[in-house]
Amino acid sequence: MAKFTTLESKFVSMGIDNIDTDQIIPARFLKTISKAGLGDQLFYDWRYEADGSPKADFILNQEASKSKAVLLAGDNFGCGSSREHAPWALTQYGFRAVISTSFADIFKGNSLKNGLLPIVVPKDIQDWLFANPDSTVKIDLASQTLTIADGRSVTFPVDPFMKHCLLEGVDELGYILQQGPAIEAFEAKRVGSLNTLA
Amino acid sequence: MSKPRTIIEKIWDQHLVAENPGAPALIYIDLHLVHEVTSPQAFSGLRERGLKVRRPDLTFGTVDHSSPTHSFSLPILDTVAETQINQFEKNCTEFGIPHFGYKHEKQGIVHVIGPEHGLTQPGMTVVCGDSHTATHGAFGALAFGIGTSQVEHVLATQCLLQQKSQTYEVRVDGTLKPGVSAKDIILALIAKIGIGGGTGCVFEFTGSAIRSLSMEERMTVCNMAIEAGARAGLIAPDETTFEFLKGRTYAPKGADWDAAVERWKQLPTDPGATYDKSVTIDADALEPMITFGTNPGMGMPISGHIPDPASYSDPLERDSLIKALQYMNLEAGKPLTGQPVNVVFVGSCTNSRMSDLRAAASVLKGRKVAPGVRMMVVPGSQIIKRQAEAEGLDKVFKEAGADWREAGCSMCIAMNGDQLSPGEYSVSTSNRNFEGRQGKGGRTFLASPLTAAASAVTGKVTDVRSLS
Repeated sequence: MAKFTTLESKFVSMGIDNIDTDQIIPARFLKTISKAGLGDQLFYDWRYEADGSPKADFILNQEASKSKAVLLAGDNFGCGSSREHAPWALTQYGFRAVISTSFADIFKGNSLKNGLLPIVVPKDIQDWLFANPDSTVKIDLASQTLTIADGRSVTFPVDPFMKHCLLEGVDELGYILQQGPAIEAFEAKRVGSLNTLA
Repeated sequence: MSKPRTIIEKIWDQHLVAENPGAPALIYIDLHLVHEVTSPQAFSGLRERGLKVRRPDLTFGTVDHSSPTHSFSLPILDTVAETQINQFEKNCTEFGIPHFGYKHEKQGIVHVIGPEHGLTQPGMTVVCGDSHTATHGAFGALAFGIGTSQVEHVLATQCLLQQKSQTYEVRVDGTLKPGVSAKDIILALIAKIGIGGGTGCVFEFTGSAIRSLSMEERMTVCNMAIEAGARAGLIAPDETTFEFLKGRTYAPKGADWDAAVERWKQLPTDPGATYDKSVTIDADALEPMITFGTNPGMGMPISGHIPDPASYSDPLERDSLIKALQYMNLEAGKPLTGQPVNVVFVGSCTNSRMSDLRAAASVLKGRKVAPGVRMMVVPGSQIIKRQAEAEGLDKVFKEAGADWREAGCSMCIAMNGDQLSPGEYSVSTSNRNFEGRQGKGGRTFLASPLTAAASAVTGKVTDVRSLS
């Protein structure tokens, strides 16, 4: 997993509540057996015409968006399907953080496992950012702070373990594998009810 | 006396493997269901790290999302889907995972086959790389959807790092009126608390209306917990649960069964236990529900009128409704009944079981699908398909002019070629009405099998209670 420490970037604004993972990446692109090539399919149905040509007025097709590593979205971003293809597509496009007032649980967990930082901010900060779409934000994961261009800083919550993984660029599986003895001890006393002789 | 606990806390406590400072809890998974769409990258990860599947005996696979539902005599037309299906079967075989592949006589939707074979049992932790895993909560299991990274974690270790969720009681008391079904309970809940209302929570559904539901109906209710933002929703096991499970292939047998039932009887929430949140729904007051917008929270009683964005104070909420109504090409303030529809879909992990097919057939018997309307009926599994055919339901559907298909997710997610054309309207018994969910540009009204069948007959959104 890519490390995340600090980030200073302008942001792409999508002022819509409840952006679901079917919009982030439509289901027909989930037939792939790899993770590659999903960045081009990000927000596909909002981003391209029926003939596959880019819609000029869609924000991700604007030249200025391509260097921005932060997405600003409405409430409850990432609701719906559990597809991890959503954070894969967002990171492949170039995003490293999403700012919103809340995130759907599964999306939040999937993002943290892929070096994409979900940042929850109060409504007034979100409103200010939407009103100042050309401003720059500064993110410092170690201190869990987001600083906006009027000088205000807010702290955002991050699970301490996931923060450690992001700062070090390591994934969770290594840690879980180290718990082998605890897993064996649990299995030794576990009473399963599945008739596995079937 | 120990502190009274909810069923959610009891299952959590029973599955704690480790709680180390600075890390989330490590919990054990009793049943891991896998399918072709969200697992290939996890199997690739295992290969890259040289890992095996720790407990193939607690893992079970089926093909459902990408597989065609047309006749098995036809080839798979989509080579990308065919590659994914073949890779899945290869992965399961290589790692020793029991599975039902394409054309297998027991293949079906992952959330249908788990309960069908007795794999899903009370008190279990159940995960799957699919957000509708909440379905299995109907058995009093803690069941939730996970991403592909977590699929890899569970394959490798049978464990997951998890934060404890908050508990949320959804109490439904009263008696459903004729024409009102389990689907309407859950659509009413989502409309009431919103699609983010359950974020960070696990629902426990309680109350007399829930107790009187069959297992199939309970699955419909739990299935859509995720559409209110909750990762899981469950119902404490009772005699209805035990009766459903007894004798199924993977259910315990003999003395093991008796011992299991004794353990399962300890699961229900203790008297005096408290929840972090709660909400109540009056079953007597419920009408058939239908959605009008582009998320499952945009729902209303079928006799209602589409809300006016001008009545919303929050600008983002107002804009979201305006955008939804533009996409749906619907007018604020108007009723939805009478709206012409092009397609009716009965199926999905929400409503593809025997009772759903019987409900749809009860409306269609002796009637015809309206001219110009395409109706697809897609059973949840091959076993359900054969049972429905044994009861003659397939004949009812075919004589009415509906298309009777092979089992799978089909038009719920539109990955397999079953889809709406741009601009088409459907009444669908599935779980999501997001933009393009049933095909690019398609417009979905979510409703019960009764409402779907009634709408197929008239060719318009129809209150089943209005059919003579």
